[in-house]
Amino acid sequence: MNKRKSKAAAYLKNSQLLVPLIAILLLVVFNLIRDPGFFSVGLTTNNNGDPVLQGNLISILNGASELVILSMGMTLVTAASGGQDISVGALAAIAGSVFVKVLKSGGSISAPVVLGAFLLCCAVAMAFGAFNGSLVALFNIQPMIATLILFTCGRSIAYWINGGATPTVSSPIINAIGSFIPGIPIPTPILIVILMGILFALLFRFTTLSLYIQSVGINQSAARLNGINSVGIKLLSFVILGACCAVAGMIGVSRLGLINHETLLINIEMDAILAVAIGGNNLGGGKFKMIGSVLGAYAIQALTITLYAMKVPSTDVKAYKAVVIVLLVVMGSPVVKEAAGRLGTRLRASRRAGAGKGAA
Amino acid sequence: MKDGIVLTMRGICKRFPGVMALDRVDFTLRKGEIHALMGENGAGKSTLIKVLTGVYPKDAGEIHVDGIEEAISIRSPQEAQSYGISTVYQEISLCPNLTVAENMFIGRTEGKTVNWKAMEKRAGELLDSLGIPARPRQQLSSCSLAVQQMVAIARAVDTDCKVLILDEPTSSLDDKEVAMLFRLMRDLKARGVGIIFVTHFLEQVYEVSDRITVLRNGNLVGEFEVDKLPQVQLVAMMIGRELQNLSVIKKESGAASARREVRYEAKQLSSTESRPFDFYIGKGEVNGFTGLLGSGRSESVRAIFGADPVTGGEVTMDGKKIRVAKPLDAMKNGIAYLPEDRKRDGIIAELSVRDNIILALQVLRGMGHPISRAKAEEFADEYIEALGIKTASSDTPIGSLSGGNQQKVILARWLLTHPKYLILDEPTRGIDVGTKTEIQRLVLKLAEEGMSVTFISSEIEEMLRTCSRLIVMRDRNIVGQLTGDELTQSHVMHTIAGGGGDNE
Ligand SMILES: Nc1ncnc2c1ncn2[C@@H]1O[C@H](COP(=O)(O)OP(=O)(O)OP(=O)(O)O)[C@@H](O)[C@H]1O
Ligand SMILES: [Mg+2]
Repeated sequence: MNKRKSKAAAYLKNSQLLVPLIAILLLVVFNLIRDPGFFSVGLTTNNNGDPVLQGNLISILNGASELVILSMGMTLVTAASGGQDISVGALAAIAGSVFVKVLKSGGSISAPVVLGAFLLCCAVAMAFGAFNGSLVALFNIQPMIATLILFTCGRSIAYWINGGATPTVSSPIINAIGSFIPGIPIPTPILIVILMGILFALLFRFTTLSLYIQSVGINQSAARLNGINSVGIKLLSFVILGACCAVAGMIGVSRLGLINHETLLINIEMDAILAVAIGGNNLGGGKFKMIGSVLGAYAIQALTITLYAMKVPSTDVKAYKAVVIVLLVVMGSPVVKEAAGRLGTRLRASRRAGAGKGAA
Repeated sequence: MKDGIVLTMRGICKRFPGVMALDRVDFTLRKGEIHALMGENGAGKSTLIKVLTGVYPKDAGEIHVDGIEEAISIRSPQEAQSYGISTVYQEISLCPNLTVAENMFIGRTEGKTVNWKAMEKRAGELLDSLGIPARPRQQLSSCSLAVQQMVAIARAVDTDCKVLILDEPTSSLDDKEVAMLFRLMRDLKARGVGIIFVTHFLEQVYEVSDRITVLRNGNLVGEFEVDKLPQVQLVAMMIGRELQNLSVIKKESGAASARREVRYEAKQLSSTESRPFDFYIGKGEVNGFTGLLGSGRSESVRAIFGADPVTGGEVTMDGKKIRVAKPLDAMKNGIAYLPEDRKRDGIIAELSVRDNIILALQVLRGMGHPISRAKAEEFADEYIEALGIKTASSDTPIGSLSGGNQQKVILARWLLTHPKYLILDEPTRGIDVGTKTEIQRLVLKLAEEGMSVTFISSEIEEMLRTCSRLIVMRDRNIVGQLTGDELTQSHVMHTIAGGGGDNE
């Protein structure tokens, strides 16, 4: 047998990435059987005469952007605090409203204005993240309960920011953020996701954040006795998630060119939590792999697009999604994994026994 | 099955990734005997027990119990329980936020409803009959580690049990509590219960047990009757060579230590958990806190390290005034602290041995200066080698190491920071005899190189062997300091108990 191949297989077997990878693989195979051309990517020209990539694959990658970014932050909060933030959708709506508010306040929408708007909405979202984080870290409130507050009132806050209106913004810059930068055929949200991924990779590479977050999530008392500021680390994870909300909110607003505080990224918190779970991360905190959550998020988006492509009525999509997600989560559960492991051992043993007999 | 035998295990094998934890091990337990299971750290004692109680599935072998013809397979602790096999695991596995009574009966109540009154009454009776100083309605976390341990034992013996397994039950108990436990064990033995007793305390083995089974590196060395196996031979069998003579360990004289420069000094230091006390330690000195459990010895050293919120006092390090409000302050000033409760305060269970070793050093270096993977690998390998840590690799999660080896990892973590002042609270808990002497030797060597060490141990002999000064505590106050000729077993016991020998 090829040794390198079997080593990779062994690695995958024990890896938490197995489930999201299988899920994505199944969806790909399923779609290819259904429609061999499903994933074909084509180059067309858009209204502005720029070449752009098109196809289901692109729309999956593009459409998942907000979810991927949120699940990156959610991974950290989950690992550090052992709970989930259910206010990410609401917080993204707040951030989006602030973004639009700043754009509308001045005259022309120039690059510095957009940058300023983004920085301000980032700051606001991070402040709200710090609010959530301090409830969790300082007052020891369960994360779901703590973030229930902002979940409930966040969209009202977003409503107030723009005085109840749903203002629209139109500008080539906003258009570039939401769809394509002229001359670059890849949708900008995908580029932003890649940028965020690089940022996190650098953060993990050049700081000890991941070690600290895992330590705090696994054993807070021991982490404290080793000099780690566990309150600070939990707080930080919520602040980082806040920043992710701001980025997601900005993308969401730029796609449509307007802010609708009621519908922007609605119900996305559950998908973000699911992405973390499908990615094999323990929702009780501790060890994490962000790449798992990212794959989980793409799997969820691929599923959604597949269902739409199959012309499943949008009211039924949720039900279908639920069935598949139950399967995925059960597949990743320790019980099933153990049983699969035992089955594998038995199969191998019987095969070996059979081979032995054959030789004798 | 032969008469009088309650349990036999034959050819038990268990493999973990990278280690053969048990390799064709046999074990026989007779009715009404106390059977000690001995071996070095990582020999496979806990694994054998976990196979027996269904925590781990075995890879091969047979288990027979009294009264059943064919070999049985045990897939869960509940199933083991139904065969009359009860266990107290090495690491206490109760729920700290439930009451004592709830902990004793949880998951074992008959029927669907819980009769709280009856449960509490039954718990109260049981606690009384065993002489355990806890109230049924008390929250478990408010009990000392020792009492928690005894509650776990009470929970195990309350069921109709034929086989009682105690995995290092005495490592956190003081002499009085050990005596109490032994009384209980003999009681159960007289009733015909077979008891499997895992410990690293040789004297205790010779005091209570009838037979000894020795494991080494997952292999069975043999089964022996206690009277026919001299202690030296037992140790040689466990570690596979002769143990170096303990008398080689030579600590410095009290007079020498008196001449030393002061390294650390605290005046009227107090924390939320400890009363104000004065304390100092010289450069290269080894001293110790002693006293009964709950006398405040652990709380005092925790105050020094800032582990509990500090409420007052003045502290100097090498003559300079310092402020220690939290552990990081202490660490930055060169103080290291190995906590008493390794599972709660020491290990980060799911992280690798490597990450656990570098953790404290990493924190000291700061968030923006991560230790490179290669460097971490190097540090980990160095200490795995130096302390003889048994692990498949430095990538293995620390939680899957044997108890004693986890302790060594935590020790490595602090040694790696090269502290000026090292505080060790029960560093040899759960450590085998061979390694115990090595750790004592290490402490003295570090002191020779100028490190100051404060040492706490429930074993007075161990303290006497290493410390040149003992601070005796009673009821959360320092009641005496012993040096030089006063450092004898009887003198220390006397001071602890409140007789003469006080310097006050
Ligand atoms: N869950 C696990 N996963 C991987 N390896 C394990 C696991 N449990 C035990 N081991 C390994 O099996 C070996 C035997 O461990 P075991 O806990 O039985 O030792 P022990 O004799 O009880 O030691 P100690 O005196 O230190 O408690 C060790 O090398 C340990 O690292
Ligand atoms: Mg053990």
